[in-house]
Amino acid sequence: MKNLPTLFCGIFFALAFSFSGLILTGHIQLGGLEPSTETLVPSDDDPNVMVMEEGQTRYPLPLSGIAQQGKQVYIELGCIYCHTQQIRRPGFGADIERGWGLRQTVARDYVRQDRVLLGTMRTGPDLAHVGGRYAGDAGRDWNHLHLYNPQTVSPGSTMPPYPFLYETREIINEPSPKALDFPADSEYAPPPGYEIVPTRRAEALVEYLLSLRVDYSLPEAPIPE
Amino acid sequence: MSNESHRISPSTNPYSSEDGSVRAELSAIDASIRTAALFFVVSAIGWLMIGTVLALMAAFKSHDPDFLGAYEWLTFGRVRSAHLNAMAFGWANNVIFAVGLWIMARLCRSTVDHKGILLIAGISWNIGVTIGVLGILRGEITSVEWLEIPQYATPMLALSYALIGVWGVMAFRFRKGDHVYVSQWYILAALFWFPWLYIVAQAMIIWFPARGVVQAVVNWWFAHNVLGLWLTPMALATVYYVIPKVLGRPIHSYYLSVLGFWSLAIFYNWAGMHHLIGGPVPVWLVSAGIVASVMMVIPVIVVGLNHHMTVVGRHREVWRSPTLRFAVFGAISYTITSLIGSSMALRSVNEVTHFTHFTVGHAHQGVYAFFTMVMFGGVYYMMPRLLKREWPSAGLISLHFWAASIGITIMIVALHVGGWIQGLQMNNSEIPFIETVENTVPWLKARSVSGLLLTVGHVAFAINFFWMLFAAGAVRSRQEPTLLTKERKPV
Ligand code: HEC
Repeated sequence: MKNLPTLFCGIFFALAFSFSGLILTGHIQLGGLEPSTETLVPSDDDPNVMVMEEGQTRYPLPLSGIAQQGKQVYIELGCIYCHTQQIRRPGFGADIERGWGLRQTVARDYVRQDRVLLGTMRTGPDLAHVGGRYAGDAGRDWNHLHLYNPQTVSPGSTMPPYPFLYETREIINEPSPKALDFPADSEYAPPPGYEIVPTRRAEALVEYLLSLRVDYSLPEAPIPE
Repeated sequence: MSNESHRISPSTNPYSSEDGSVRAELSAIDASIRTAALFFVVSAIGWLMIGTVLALMAAFKSHDPDFLGAYEWLTFGRVRSAHLNAMAFGWANNVIFAVGLWIMARLCRSTVDHKGILLIAGISWNIGVTIGVLGILRGEITSVEWLEIPQYATPMLALSYALIGVWGVMAFRFRKGDHVYVSQWYILAALFWFPWLYIVAQAMIIWFPARGVVQAVVNWWFAHNVLGLWLTPMALATVYYVIPKVLGRPIHSYYLSVLGFWSLAIFYNWAGMHHLIGGPVPVWLVSAGIVASVMMVIPVIVVGLNHHMTVVGRHREVWRSPTLRFAVFGAISYTITSLIGSSMALRSVNEVTHFTHFTVGHAHQGVYAFFTMVMFGGVYYMMPRLLKREWPSAGLISLHFWAASIGITIMIVALHVGGWIQGLQMNNSEIPFIETVENTVPWLKARSVSGLLLTVGHVAFAINFFWMLFAAGAVRSRQEPTLLTKERKPV
């Protein structure tokens, strides 16, 4: 190959082509996506145009402050290398059958996220809707025990323990209301007179996990009845 | 001299080339790049060892989660990412800077001027990677795959890369002679593609995050292209360079080389979208990725055929030459892993393999069985010419080869089979999830065993290398190239 301008142009356009085809076009199509109400209604001006309902909540919801901090902990600890946050459509994989979600996730579900954590590995279950599976105080307790050492609640798990998110300390007067409540004969329970309490990072992380729920419809992805 | 050894090309022996003036010219080029190239190889081997230790930790943790479980900075997500970045930006990039730039200089017949700048750029690249890997372990990891290095270390990397890459382009600009060899196309293109990919990915994911899943699109455009438009062309350039050199026989077909190059350039860079199959992105994006992944069959078959036809009938020499034993192992792996990769992009296959250890196995087949093995071959070829010394121990080269090839084969088989089973079971909601997890454990243990074998290989490689580098006196006296099988007595 002697014709160098051709070589250069070829090298340039090869990548320019996919850059504009995938990145720029993708950006044009998705870059302006906004949160939406669950359903659309015909517009007053033109009944053929569908618009968002006035006064209805727009989904996805923003994360609370503490959940946002928890997301940072999730990032710092690299949970993404074993957990996805994307639910595939029924009939493709068994995501819905496994109870990982009520519907598939779509691009709009992620528009509020400054860092998108779709993930590509499922050593553990998908977490896009984990807050729907573990909710409220029971969910909180389960998650703390699980994070402290997954074997406590999921024997045989290959998920790493995160004991450094917890503090083991002597009970001075009263036990802390936040102390982890181990099953009676658990080998991971602290010795008598001691308790294990979550640090602020553990609390934030669990709030983040509880906030992960795709329990709302979107116009393009309604939850099936 | 026996017939056997006569058939090994004279160019396996750095001291003898048929043409004295060519030899003198190459010698001058080698001398001009020696310091920089040595720096890059030493760094590469250093990172290879660090990456290996991190890999072993991650591998053990994957079946024994309590192993080193109490240390936050060694938690799985971090060691695994530190491993990836140490290998990708430490080992792979340094060995590319060494072997790729050296090949480029030789083919362009241009000596390296301003070596000081190249060396400083190299040092700052390695400082950048060190800061990055430590940052990952400290928890400043970004959790964006292949871009885990914290934001504060990346400008330094980009800047040092620019200085190093520009150097390669300059060598090309001031080349002598008319002919541009296929390795030069690959290296030139890769030197240009890599910074483009890296800067776009950094900008759109880390510095000015694009909205929602656009980030994921950029992420996989980048991550897949690091393999396809950076590691792959560099390794193919090396294969294209060493096979004819060692065998003393030209590449089979110029036209196949051209076709292979352009089809790779056109198709590979769309393929990354197959990482998002079934994901929350527009279907057309994914379909484009699938089509391109399948079209990759063309460059792969073409290049494989071209290499095969070049070595055909000379298998004994391939087996005897350390360089070719590794490089040809790599080239064969390229064909296999790419064909598997194309089929993994089919929706029905992807439904099973996606999200499983199958993908991890596939990645290692590409980055190790192909890229790394080829680069080992490149280093085995380059060092005697840079140092004008021979490899001290054929035994250690053999050990390296067997440990690496058996090790990586075990890993690939274990993760492919284990991952496939994992995928099938995951898609069957009647099997409790925890059972599918437990069923992966034996395969992950096999992976750890394979990791130990690879470690043995790397240690053998490093010992031989530093022995060659430092034990000058004893080694220098050897006159013959170090080959892997004994010459047969002439009949
Ligand atoms: C080495 C892989 C790995 C890593 C890293 C990992 N997990 Fe897990 N995770 C698993 C496995 C395997 C399971 C399933 C068994 C179990 O329940 O422990 C799981 C289960 C879970 C579950 C329960 C999901 C369900 O539906 O029952 C949650 C919640 C969870 N992980 C959160 C996290 C968080 C938060 C992190 C990061 C701090 C994390 N995981 C890191 C492997 C991992």
